[in-house]
Amino acid sequence: MLDKPFRVLPELTETNRHFWQGGQEGELRFPRCQRCRTWIHPPTPVCPECLGKDLAVEAVSGRATVLTFTLNHQQWVPSPDHPYAIAIVELEEQEGLRLTTNVVHCAAEDVRIGMPVQVVFEQYEDVWLPLFEPAGAV
Amino acid sequence: MEALERRACVTGVGQSQVGRRLMRDPLELTLDACLAAIEDAGLTRDDIDGLSTYPGGVDLSPGFSGAGVIQVQDALRLELDWFTGGVEMSGQLGSVINACMAVATGLARHVLCFRSIWESTAQGKSGRGGFGLGSVDESRRRVGEEMQWTIPFRSYSPANWIGMFAQRHFHEFGTTREQMAQIPLNARKNAQVNPKAIYRDPLTLHEYLAARLISTPFCLYDCDVPVDGATAVIVSHVDAAKDCRKPPLHVEAVGSALRGRPSWYLFDDLTTMAMRDAGKMLWERTDLKPADVDVAELYDGFSFLTMAWLEALGFCGKGESGSFIEGGRRIARDGELPLNTDGGQLSAGRLHGYGFLHEACVQLWGEGGERQVAGDPTVAVAAAGGGTQGGCLLLTRG
Repeated sequence: MLDKPFRVLPELTETNRHFWQGGQEGELRFPRCQRCRTWIHPPTPVCPECLGKDLAVEAVSGRATVLTFTLNHQQWVPSPDHPYAIAIVELEEQEGLRLTTNVVHCAAEDVRIGMPVQVVFEQYEDVWLPLFEPAGAV
Repeated sequence: MEALERRACVTGVGQSQVGRRLMRDPLELTLDACLAAIEDAGLTRDDIDGLSTYPGGVDLSPGFSGAGVIQVQDALRLELDWFTGGVEMSGQLGSVINACMAVATGLARHVLCFRSIWESTAQGKSGRGGFGLGSVDESRRRVGEEMQWTIPFRSYSPANWIGMFAQRHFHEFGTTREQMAQIPLNARKNAQVNPKAIYRDPLTLHEYLAARLISTPFCLYDCDVPVDGATAVIVSHVDAAKDCRKPPLHVEAVGSALRGRPSWYLFDDLTTMAMRDAGKMLWERTDLKPADVDVAELYDGFSFLTMAWLEALGFCGKGESGSFIEGGRRIARDGELPLNTDGGQLSAGRLHGYGFLHEACVQLWGEGGERQVAGDPTVAVAAAGGGTQGGCLLLTRG
């Protein structure tokens, strides 16, 4: 198995820890408005829909669709795994609930727009990065 | 509603030496451009009572800012009634739109606007790097704020971020790399007759398609070329413009809107970006129509951005920019919509937004020399940025 590629990691704070460490329990978590049920990302203290402040962290299914992607060829950080796939995925829970991520566990050339994917976590130090693999992958 | 920007006009432009790794003091380049613009307008520094710039004196990445308000005010000992500099505005030309508002409201009569950049020298031999990387040896470095949502996924560059919009456009509308190639090929043709352009050798479609990929669908030629150089323009009140040397170029309308989410991955429509709303707003403020435009100078930090601006400004329908530019005839200097007539940032150099306004003015004043568009153009549009923030101006002469 290839070593994990180099990554610059996020700085953990009280407002983002739920997201970057939810993977420890296998959960992809976002703040959610308890009044109008809107999922919120990135985290913010006020619901952008109803402007309510009663927010709580909840887990989503982890099922998503690839909205678009790019195969990165440029060696910003040299490594043997180029090109790799960077994608924008949308979680099935809500239109507009999106992440930038990597599609993994398939050939980069096989990534397609509209492809169903599911979350898979990759741990680096105290961070669990939500990456996505083709749905149904074993 | 009175469009107050019509009280503003451009009365002079100036540009420093432009080149790769000039190893010159960026403040000197900045002052060269500023003094040239003041002279071009037929003014002296004593006439300048306003100063406006993007992004201000903050180096967000190596060489991103050659000087800010404070350095230029002090270097030229300007006596200012109004000034502003910063990065949170309607793109790079937001600083010019701000200047229009300042003269329209009487806060200033002649505003010196500038954009200075020295990325080529600052980046050095290592070339253009990714964002958030710093030195990779610093393996314990971490990113916060907005960058935390992209950088950990090895998405280091606008080439990645904007490439994904282009990919979605290709998917929805059948756009092709052969079509997109016309943006850099057209730019290179125009650069061949611009003595200040960086890349002037002919470029063919075959060479474009054979070039190394950066981030699909972008190859090397879809990415602009970092340079050192500064550009300045003088924005004057229409009444004060009577004192100037050249015929004033009237600001007919501006587009400064920010309506969607200002994000590289959360914008509602992944086939366009912030330029959609800035472009729409511009035409809401004038009776002129896209068909009235004689010359278009549209931001090309990446080739796809120009295509998105063509759609945003209504030069073609939504999703139709690929077929609009196909073959390159329409956008050639002798076509129906001459585009990026100095070679743009792709071939003339990444002057970061101000180059487009500079060239629009050059064309309207008939000063383009060998690259001058025929037919005495009187209406031009200049647009800059457009990704997460963008701005555009419609200029008329006479």
